[in-house]
Amino acid sequence: MDLIYGVLEGLPFSMFQYDFMKNAFIALILLSPLFALLGTMTVNNKMAFFSDALGHSAFTGIALGGLLGLNDPLMAMIAFGIFISLVITRVKASGLASSDTVISVFSSMAMALGIMILTAKGGFARISSYLIGDILTVGEKDLGLIFLVLFLVYGLWVYLYNPLLLLSVNRSMAVSRGIKTLLIENIFVVMVAVAVMVSIRWVGILMINSLLILPAAAARNVAESARSYHWIATVFALVASVIGLFISYQFGTSAGASIVLVLSAFFFLTYLMARGRK
Amino acid sequence: MVIHNHCGLCSIEVANLSVSSGRATLIHDVNITLQCGELTVLIGKNGAGKTTLLKAILGEYHFQGSIRFSDHQGDVVGKPRIGYIPQHLDFDKSMPVTVLDFMAAARGGSPVWIRHGKELRKEILKSLDEVECGYLINRRLGALSGGELQRVLLTLATEPIPDLLILDEPVSGVDVSGLDLFYKRVTELRDKYHMPILLVSHDLELIQKYADKVILLDKTVVAQGKPEEVFTTDAYQNAFGLLHLGEEKKWI
Repeated sequence: MDLIYGVLEGLPFSMFQYDFMKNAFIALILLSPLFALLGTMTVNNKMAFFSDALGHSAFTGIALGGLLGLNDPLMAMIAFGIFISLVITRVKASGLASSDTVISVFSSMAMALGIMILTAKGGFARISSYLIGDILTVGEKDLGLIFLVLFLVYGLWVYLYNPLLLLSVNRSMAVSRGIKTLLIENIFVVMVAVAVMVSIRWVGILMINSLLILPAAAARNVAESARSYHWIATVFALVASVIGLFISYQFGTSAGASIVLVLSAFFFLTYLMARGRK
Repeated sequence: MVIHNHCGLCSIEVANLSVSSGRATLIHDVNITLQCGELTVLIGKNGAGKTTLLKAILGEYHFQGSIRFSDHQGDVVGKPRIGYIPQHLDFDKSMPVTVLDFMAAARGGSPVWIRHGKELRKEILKSLDEVECGYLINRRLGALSGGELQRVLLTLATEPIPDLLILDEPVSGVDVSGLDLFYKRVTELRDKYHMPILLVSHDLELIQKYADKVILLDKTVVAQGKPEEVFTTDAYQNAFGLLHLGEEKKWI
């Protein structure tokens, strides 16, 4: 850790004189590849709305954490995130209602319930800090947690990627090749839930989904294969995070929003590039 | 000469199979037997439960009743290898996935976001070359034409050689010459590997030409047998009769 700090201090940027900026920077370097990777498959499976709903359901997690008297609601958020992802996947699979509608109902319910509990004693301020998030509150301990999540997700990705890819092309075909589609899908949504819930304090409920979707969306404009898709999304996310953090430091803006704005710029640039080629 | 042992199975026996969703019964009491080396065509109106039956056999839907796979000695075998071509691939056409990515992922090689095994790539190229599709290997899946996609899917479904091949209206969006080629390839596979093939189709002319057996489904089996037998039943006339009134032998 001291070594990384030392390196960052050696860089000719004034922001690295502060430990919280160093932590924020390292956190983003770890979070970007995590979100880019999960995002590629979220977009492939047309699940952008699902991940959005998942972010909103964080309200209930936070509220539950408060009710249970936890100092840090993270565990309650993760548990509730996993619960709601599995429920949505289950209801979707039953095919009784269109998945848009199902997701919308669950998302609204989770959001309303959370806000009601949180505002019961007029605690509006707590909500707003989660809405926008603050990357500068990342502590050294948090970095360990982010690293652990990144490590686990990358590890699982080695085994899950091929089945997930097949599943995103056609479910029945995946079944015919012996893939346990429901299990694979459940593991995937749990990974997304954990990644989202861990990061929401720093990125904000309003921006978290963009961090997941935009790198993949921009990479799609230029990628031709699964491999280039993955790596281009990762590079976009990394570069946007670094630029976004600089902007945030210079102008005192929210880091999450700054990063998302840079990613949006990437999307439109690559979109124009792709159109130019055709 | 027929290679009987390649299939490993002699028959697939579906007995009293029913599938329901909520309170609705999708299909009920289906009794059919698929024999090795036979091309069985499943016909029926929209909503008759054809795709439901296929998905039950695939193991995607829960069902009541039994499906028994047995080898040529009559011994029951466990899970057979099934090759399957879906009716539609309604994936996102802009998805950055090449034919190689897709086939390598299905064959279960190394994760395709990291690398493609050299050996696997060679094998895939070879199998694509067999249907004159080698040039497609680095194309995006969403950029293929209907006919190209169908040949890629057939290659994949028969790699490795399955114990049962299931084709769900695999020819939508393919032109007539492509159709004929496709059916020729399917019958070749049947004759070479002696596998049972179950196919859903609406193309009565091609059924006449290639099917060994026809099953007419309307929630349950209402007629089965050789094409000309089924085509003369009342059940068939009820389902499709109006389609070729007064047009003798000209199937639509």
